[in-house]
Amino acid sequence: MRNRQLARAPVSPETFEPRIVAFFCNWCTYLAADLAGTSRMKHAPNVRVVRLMCSGRLDPQFVLDAFAQGADGVLIGGCHPGDCHYQEGNYKTLRRYHLLKRLLQQMGIEEERCRLEWISAAEGDRVRSTINDMVEKVRALGPLHFNVEREDIEEEVTV
Amino acid sequence: MPDAVSPTNGSNGSGPRVGVYVCHCGTNIAGTVDVKAVAEYAAELPGVAVARDYKYMCSDPGQALIQQDIREHALARVVVASCSPLLHEKTFRKALERVGLNPFMLQMVNIREHDSWVHLDGKAATDKAKDLVRAAVRRVVLHKSLQKRRVPINPNVLIVGGGIAGIHAALTLADAGKRVYLVEREPTIGGHMAKFDKTFPTLDCAACILTPKMTAVGSNPNIALWTYSEIASVSGYVGNYRIQVKRKPRYIIEEMCLGCQECVTACVYKDGKTPDEFNLGLSKRKPVYLPFPQAVPQKVVIDPEVCIEFKSHKCKKTCVEACGDREAIDFNQKEQIEEIDVGTIILATGFKTFDPLRNPYYGYGRFPNVYTSLEVERLINASGPTGGEVVLRDGKKPASVGIIHCVGSRDANTNRWCSKVCCMYSLKLAHLIKERTGAEVFNFYIDMRTPGKGYEEFYDRLLDEGVHFIRGRVAEVTDWPAHPSEEGKLVIRAEDTLAAFVRRIPVDMVVLAVGLEPQPDAQAVRRMFNISCASEGWFLERHPKLAPVSTFTEGVYIAGACQGPRDIPDSVAQAGAAAAEAMALIDSQFVELEPYTAFITEEECSGCKSCIPMCPYQAISFVPEKKKAAINEVLCKGCGTCVAACPSSSIQQNFFEDDEIFEEIEGILAYA
Amino acid sequence: MKYAYYPGCSLRGTGKAYEESLLAVFQTLGIEVQEIDNWNCCGATTYLSVDELASYALAARNLALAEREGLDIIAPCAACYLVLNKTQHYIRDYPDIKTVVTRALKQIGLDYVGRVRVRHPLDVFLNDVGAKAITAKVAKPLKGLRVAPYYGCQIVRPYATFDDQGDPTSMDKLLAACGAAVAPYPLKTRCCGGSQKGTLPKIGLDLIRVLIEEAMRDGADVIATVCPLCQFNLECFQEEAGDSRPLSMPVLYFTQLMALALGASPGAVAFHRSLINIEPVLAAREIAYA
Repeated sequence: MRNRQLARAPVSPETFEPRIVAFFCNWCTYLAADLAGTSRMKHAPNVRVVRLMCSGRLDPQFVLDAFAQGADGVLIGGCHPGDCHYQEGNYKTLRRYHLLKRLLQQMGIEEERCRLEWISAAEGDRVRSTINDMVEKVRALGPLHFNVEREDIEEEVTV
Repeated sequence: MPDAVSPTNGSNGSGPRVGVYVCHCGTNIAGTVDVKAVAEYAAELPGVAVARDYKYMCSDPGQALIQQDIREHALARVVVASCSPLLHEKTFRKALERVGLNPFMLQMVNIREHDSWVHLDGKAATDKAKDLVRAAVRRVVLHKSLQKRRVPINPNVLIVGGGIAGIHAALTLADAGKRVYLVEREPTIGGHMAKFDKTFPTLDCAACILTPKMTAVGSNPNIALWTYSEIASVSGYVGNYRIQVKRKPRYIIEEMCLGCQECVTACVYKDGKTPDEFNLGLSKRKPVYLPFPQAVPQKVVIDPEVCIEFKSHKCKKTCVEACGDREAIDFNQKEQIEEIDVGTIILATGFKTFDPLRNPYYGYGRFPNVYTSLEVERLINASGPTGGEVVLRDGKKPASVGIIHCVGSRDANTNRWCSKVCCMYSLKLAHLIKERTGAEVFNFYIDMRTPGKGYEEFYDRLLDEGVHFIRGRVAEVTDWPAHPSEEGKLVIRAEDTLAAFVRRIPVDMVVLAVGLEPQPDAQAVRRMFNISCASEGWFLERHPKLAPVSTFTEGVYIAGACQGPRDIPDSVAQAGAAAAEAMALIDSQFVELEPYTAFITEEECSGCKSCIPMCPYQAISFVPEKKKAAINEVLCKGCGTCVAACPSSSIQQNFFEDDEIFEEIEGILAYA
Repeated sequence: MKYAYYPGCSLRGTGKAYEESLLAVFQTLGIEVQEIDNWNCCGATTYLSVDELASYALAARNLALAEREGLDIIAPCAACYLVLNKTQHYIRDYPDIKTVVTRALKQIGLDYVGRVRVRHPLDVFLNDVGAKAITAKVAKPLKGLRVAPYYGCQIVRPYATFDDQGDPTSMDKLLAACGAAVAPYPLKTRCCGGSQKGTLPKIGLDLIRVLIEEAMRDGADVIATVCPLCQFNLECFQEEAGDSRPLSMPVLYFTQLMALALGASPGAVAFHRSLINIEPVLAAREIAYA
């Protein structure tokens, strides 16, 4: 069973560093991030990448769980439409993403916190610019503080 | 032997024992990330029995370290924090396998390409490494034993493109006893090389060295030469590709045609009216034509766009008459789709030359006597439009010729790259033009790039022959004279940077050394074969240094200029390399596929059918008797789209199960 | 669509015809412009070579003023267009310049972040309004009038943001939308000499001569320009520049032709400011004027 996460350290606006979880597809975006690495393209250190074979593998629950566990932003990276290594996976991602955005909006999660980018294997510089841009946008929004303390839930459900 | 950090986390209880290895990679990682601190941190994580840092994990001693720990510490899981998994995941998996641990009990953490190489702040980079290691440790505990799938390899090979690279690869493979399908879109093989007159630096006659190879292709029983054909579709996977080839109608029955060309002579068109493609429009051809005298296959082809019979159906058909009882002409021939099965594919689709109309200041298309280098090759060639005479449009010999280097290349406005061969072929053309015409020849260059064997010596030779070299990028070619001596000439204006003044050189003929570009349909082709293109449009190799002929798609190789500008020796070398790698795959008889397939837990499947339309490979079907979905493992490519779609999570993907990914996410975000 | 309007010094001087026709075109196409209040000279090509940092600060004042209104700038004069764009690039790319400029602007209570775009009228007309919308508003199509579109250098070099560097076609398209026949003019971005006419007259005149003779060779009735200095050079020295044959090629701002096509008043079309009269040509082509 997944264990609920520990309390988060308090942050002040000046020291807030956004924590962003990224889901990159193996064939395009992950490769592009590697290319950014080999080209030594410096960017913000706030992103942690989870590798998937295809952006189509991205279950919207991953995004929700990331926010619930304390992420301030989620970045999804896949191949450009038409270029998916598995033909159509990224189209499915796109469909799910649109629905997910509406859900997130209803939950009060701001637009810029969840982002989908099509980045091809040759676009190392776009990985850099996307990460830098997103970090700044999320920094401006502040921490999400989405997680609810365990004690509050316990209190609610205690008979 | 570096000390292991002693674990204080009580990991000698339940759960599999995890070994964590943090690589320094020399100073590549250790220069930014505090690798010792990461190892120490890892040692405290639940489940970690051993945590080490080491200079080069991928080296033999590095791998030995892991293997020894597996034996001595009864490790059941391994985490390696180092470079990108795309580089060394295989290496470490093999290391595990050699000591009897299932290779998929490994999780790699990218702390180089994604961390030390891209972050300046050492503390932030170290924290990131810790987060990622923590996530990996939590994930790896859930890994299961997996077996790679073995599939047999079809020994046939498809080679797309019949230029020098495709030809060489085809001959190499055919001589090794493999069956090769060589598919070429033009009616003849030969590619660009067939258009050249001489090749640098030896000034070998291009046709003389190429045509024996072309003939060998045509007569090799192992090569199915399908010219005037294109690939219509590609499906399948490494070792088992199903290809549909579109065979365009020549309107000639190939087996019957002798290549005697009586039909061409007899054609109702007395003279050709259609620009001849092989001669780049410098001459005209008839509707029925042989692409060039040494074409292989030596068969004519009819162009339905201009043949009268196709337009009016009322032609006298003197060609049929001339063909006589061979009856090789068939106006009713239709396009055909052939289906073939191959195991490996080599793409050798070549390049196109830069279109000089994009540089309006050089006057191509405006001034008749501005030519591209390839057009001048045809002029020089004895079987070209002028019988080997280098003459202007009015038939006169030029007394002065300017050759402009780097047209379209090394230019932020068109193509940034250097096209590699233009300096050499410009020198070659300078020599040949001077030899044929005795003209004064001026080469305008930025740098002289002569890196190959005998290339610099060739340049020296040109210097001795009295060719003028002006170092300066040409600004414009103009016909506005500034002086009576310039009347009727084309004036080349360039700054002579070595002499430090701007020069006006009036010439009769201007030759543009056009650069090399990817083919215009490169994107469409690479999509069909499921490979990537680099940012400029050339096909992307697996690794620029160490894997120049393979791609990220297993079983698909690239050779020649389709990967980037190169000369003939490099194209031939690459073609040989691609053939060798294809052969290595074929001769190993089996290919092992990653086991990242999806699987269904039948009891949990509710039969909702959400997954079935998701699969692009139709790998999922509905079993009516059980009212459940079932996955055909052979067809499953492992994308995971169905897994994300399943409402009950009854489909999971090997190595990317929901639980594994959730653990990874939570590991990243936890503060442990 | 609302924009900040930066006329620059030339449009109030030798380039009056440009402004008069430009404003008429704005009005007809429904483009709302608000002249930047108390704008200052951009420094053009000269100040940058005298005192670089001061020049950036000077030009940036205009950018800051526009930013305060939250509007993109339309800068019709080619030199202003380039200087403002160049200033933006340099402030963005060089932190040292940014520091100095920010400090200078702060002294006068202004702030500059880099949010405004500096746009050229060709760009606005073609991409914001669209050729189709313009054709719909044409009252007097310039049918039969053969125009050589001359772009000059500053709006395509070194930055070619809205058009191609070697073969720009935005003006071609706008002139075609007004019904004119656009002559293929291969020297459309070749230098007119700039200030060379003053400093090295022989070279300057030679550059002018070639441009005019090429337009004649391509069968043009008139040359359309975007830059006050190009217009000045090409129109005013034809007698001097003429070599073996006399030159007499009308040179107008493209906006004058657009204004004519869109039915603007003669005052706005501003042909009275030309040295070389275009009316005979218009009469010959049966294009009504006034």
